[in-house]
Amino acid sequence: MQGTPITTKASFPTTSTAAAARAKQTGDDIWRNRTDKINAELFALTYGSLVATLVKDYEDYAEVNTQLDKMGYNIGVRLIEEFLAKSSLPKCGTFVETADVISKIGFKMFLGITPTITNWSADTKEFSIIIDENPLSEFVELPDDALLPPPASTGGSAATGLWYSNILCGVLRGALEMVLLQVDVFFVSDVLRHDDATEIRVRLVRILDEDVPASDE
Amino acid sequence: MSRDSSSVGGTAAATAPTAPHILDRNLAKTRTSETSLSAFAYVFAEMIQYSQKRVSGVEDLEKRSVGSRLLSPFLANFGHRVGLRELELTLWREKNPKRETRVLQMLIFINSVIWKSLFGKPADSLQKSTDNEDEYMLTDNDPVILKYISLPKELGSFNAGAFMAGIVEAVLDGCHFVSSSVNYLGVDTDKKKKASRVTAHSTASDTAPNSMTLLIKFDKSVLQRERTFDGK
Repeated sequence: MQGTPITTKASFPTTSTAAAARAKQTGDDIWRNRTDKINAELFALTYGSLVATLVKDYEDYAEVNTQLDKMGYNIGVRLIEEFLAKSSLPKCGTFVETADVISKIGFKMFLGITPTITNWSADTKEFSIIIDENPLSEFVELPDDALLPPPASTGGSAATGLWYSNILCGVLRGALEMVLLQVDVFFVSDVLRHDDATEIRVRLVRILDEDVPASDE
Repeated sequence: MSRDSSSVGGTAAATAPTAPHILDRNLAKTRTSETSLSAFAYVFAEMIQYSQKRVSGVEDLEKRSVGSRLLSPFLANFGHRVGLRELELTLWREKNPKRETRVLQMLIFINSVIWKSLFGKPADSLQKSTDNEDEYMLTDNDPVILKYISLPKELGSFNAGAFMAGIVEAVLDGCHFVSSSVNYLGVDTDKKKKASRVTAHSTASDTAPNSMTLLIKFDKSVLQRERTFDGK
C-alpha cells in the first residue's frame, strides 16, 4: 500500500495547452524522424542481463538499487547533451514545464513512450511519473525475495527489495543536475512488485547555482 | 493458484497480483516494438565499464593482454544471458520450430533468423574456414549495436563484439552444440594467436572499419556427430 495519495486535487498544474502540444510534437518528430532505432526486445533482454548480473555479483538488492542508480546517473549526465542537441529547446520556465518536457520529449526520444505526469505537490516541487508500458521490464518476473514490502510512502530511496528499473531514477537525476536542477528521484511503486502502477517520484531539492565554484580553476 | 504455492513459508505471498501473470503475456506483444539505439548504447556502455571495473584488478598486473582477455568473456557473459532467452523466444515464434542438429543449418539459423530478429537484418556473410574444419566465421560489416561504441587503445584487441559472441555461444549451447566457443574477430591484430578457445582476438581489415567477425570454433564432439550424420 502506498498510503494516502499525495494530492487529490482535481486540477493539477499544467503547462499551457499550446506549449504542451508543441512539446508533444517535438517529441514525436524526433522519435519518428531523427532517432536510430533498435529492437526493443534486445534492449529489454540486455538490461535484464545487466540487472541479473548485478544481483548475482552484489547479492544484496539495496546495493543493486544503488548501483543501478549510479549507472543511470552516469548515463544522465551524458544523455542530456543529446537531449538538448536534438530537441533544441529553450530553457524551461517552470518546474511544471520541465516535467512536461521530460515526459513528452525525454522519455519519447529515448524510450519511445510518453509517461503520465501527475500527483503534483501543492508547491509544484514534486511530481510523479506514471509509466504504463515500461520497455525495461518486458519479460520480467521478480523472484519472491525481491518483493519485500515497499518503503513508507514518505520513504525516499531507502528501499527494500529490488527496484528493477532504478536506472531510470539515476538518469533523471543526472540529466536534471546538468540543467541545474538538483532532484531526488525514487520509485514509489512498480507493477513488477504487484503494485497497481509503476510510479517514479521526482522532488526538486533546489536550483543549483550557475556560478563556477571558486576552487574550480 | 499454483504459482503462489511455490513461496513456501513466505509471508508476502498474500499480495494479489493485479497485472496479468508473466506467462499470460502475449508472445507477440513486443515483437515489432522499437526503442532508441541511443538508450541501448548508454546501457551497453555502462555494461562495458562495469566489466572493466570488475576485471581491473587483474588488468593492473599485466595491463593489455590480460585485461582484454578477461574483459571479453565478462562481456560475453552478459550476451550469454541474452542469447539463451532470445533462442527460446525465437523458437516459440517459429511456425515450425525444430532443433537444428547440423552445423551448417545451425549457423544459417543464427545468421538469418536470430540476427534478423535481434539486429533487424541478417549478418553479412557466413564462411567456413579453409584452414580448420572446425571453424566458421560470421561477419557483420556494420554491427548496429557497436555504432556508438568506441574503445580506448589500452584495451588492445578487446572489442565489444564479445557481447554478440556471447549471444551466439548461448544459442549454440541452447541447441546442444556443446562446448563450442565463439571468438570475436574484428580489426587489427595478428592472426597467429588463435590458440585459446575463449580469447577474443582480431584480424586486420581496413576496408570496413566497423566490420566484425565472430570466429566460431566447434568442439570435437560436434564434428564427430557431423560425421555420424554423414554416415562416415
